Amino acid sequence: MADKFKVMNERALVQKSIEYRKKILKYIVGANAGHTGGSLSCVDILNVLYNQVLNVSPDAFVSPNRDRYIQSKGHCVEALFVVLADRGFFPEADLDTMCKYQSHYIGHPTRKVNGVEQNTGALGHGLPIAVGTALAAKMDNKDYRVFTLLGDGELPEGSNWEAALTASHYKLDNLCAIVDKNTLQITGPTSDVCNTDPLDEKFESFGWAVKTVNGHDLNELSAAFESMPFTKGKPNLVIANTVKGKGISFMENQVKWHHGVPNKEQYNEAITELDHALASA
Amino acid sequence: MGAIIESEIATARPNQDVFSAVLQELAAADRQIVAVTSDSRGSGKLVAFGQKFPEQIVEIGIAEQNLVGVAAGLASAGKKAYAVSPACFLTARALEQIKNDVAYSDNPVRLVGISAGVSYGALGTTHHSLHDFAVLRAINNMVIVTPADNFETEQAVRLSAQAEHPVYLRFGKKPMPLLNAEETTFEFGKGRVIKRGSDIAIIANGETVYPALMAAEKLKREHQIDATVVSMHTVKQLDVTLLSELANGTNAILTIEEHSVNGGLGEACASYLLQNGYQKPFKIMGIPDEYTVTGSQTEILNHYGISPQGIAETALQLLKIS
Repeated sequence: MADKFKVMNERALVQKSIEYRKKILKYIVGANAGHTGGSLSCVDILNVLYNQVLNVSPDAFVSPNRDRYIQSKGHCVEALFVVLADRGFFPEADLDTMCKYQSHYIGHPTRKVNGVEQNTGALGHGLPIAVGTALAAKMDNKDYRVFTLLGDGELPEGSNWEAALTASHYKLDNLCAIVDKNTLQITGPTSDVCNTDPLDEKFESFGWAVKTVNGHDLNELSAAFESMPFTKGKPNLVIANTVKGKGISFMENQVKWHHGVPNKEQYNEAITELDHALASA
Repeated sequence: MGAIIESEIATARPNQDVFSAVLQELAAADRQIVAVTSDSRGSGKLVAFGQKFPEQIVEIGIAEQNLVGVAAGLASAGKKAYAVSPACFLTARALEQIKNDVAYSDNPVRLVGISAGVSYGALGTTHHSLHDFAVLRAINNMVIVTPADNFETEQAVRLSAQAEHPVYLRFGKKPMPLLNAEETTFEFGKGRVIKRGSDIAIIANGETVYPALMAAEKLKREHQIDATVVSMHTVKQLDVTLLSELANGTNAILTIEEHSVNGGLGEACASYLLQNGYQKPFKIMGIPDEYTVTGSQTEILNHYGISPQGIAETALQLLKIS
């Protein structure tokens, strides 16, 4: 089913990632709020999911057989909204209302927005819901798959580990958790705040099959998702090594861009850099 | 009508046993019904359910946050998920999952709080749920129901199976006799008049309705006081039509609940009455804001006056009759 989206060639997909980054910045500046660094670190993952992997479309969003995507790291909603708009779930012009009075386009995903599966924002919630949704597919002999995106900073939430146990207990190989491992959170390096490494070994010991990829390499991401299940009978974990603020030199690996909003000068500089990248893509 | 019948006492079953029996009946006819448990199938009386419907029970283990999150995922995919866990853990440890994954995301999970109130008696405060009405009342998109007897329980479980939005069902462990109520129907959001009287309205719910009814009989027998007794099984949405009727038709209102006096049925009634111009002698009976006395369920309730004797005395004080 995912094949129908693969008409897009690799270059077009790379260009999309750059366009998405430009739009993320545009709407964060418009809202004067947003999680800039994390949206830039995860947008390549969303690009691959929505343009190559997920069997989901605006027309079929109510289908019980659609693939599900649940964004546990809900604060990076700008990346999700930009990709959903691009896929036609709603008019992009709606994003001009980001964080405005009575807008549905707020700082975390809500089901008021077409294409959003679950209301998220509190951390550690996506994986348990994804486990339940994947379990329902197994119980009903349906072949849809469930994807959830977690930040590495939210992994200390205990509910993740409760759900990790349940996922392997019920052999949910139709479930894929992706960790956007950008290694920074609001206080500083994730390894300083609460070290979760070695993450692969932890999840493997919980009964998961793990693949580690470059989270900005579209081919690596695509190949990982296409190889699901990595091991029959085991839930899938993709550790996506990413760079917070990816694509904007002065934002990369800088904690202050966790939810920093660029001023006009910074915005122009960022767009110039992305335009250069687009020209050479 | 509205009188306690001795034969009913002999056949009384705990409401949570009736919940399990009805759920089995429903599950046999509807494969989408799924019980989700947190090592709680024994206390939830769901062992037989698990044996009969092994494909319709999901064991999570002792992990209530995950219990509710997984139930939300199941419900989002069309399962009629009953998340069954002791009320104390379900509504405290997993409160954020209830708030966000169930209520806010509108995943129609049936939350079932078992062994509620002080059912666990001497196991102590860790195992008591005296907060659940209060916290759940403050969460949008949540129906809160605590049936009084086996009839109400059966009806509540049947209705919950048809629910399109989240529901919280709260059950205790004590055998509950049928109340032989004047009102023979049951629906969420509609209080059930057990017996009518014009002197005082006693509005109770869950396992406190039965002692309220015994208190009403005592008041009639010893003081010629006619009390209305209501099972206000739905704490939210509160039946304000009935509440207005009671405020207009009686001289005082007494509420009783196996819950903290803060934030539960009593305060819900008080809020409505005060904001709508009713001024009546009014009293909330429940568990006061203190370290709860130790003892069995009955001893704890008796200590705080939630007994036929205690309720009758409070009613007399409210009516200023010595």
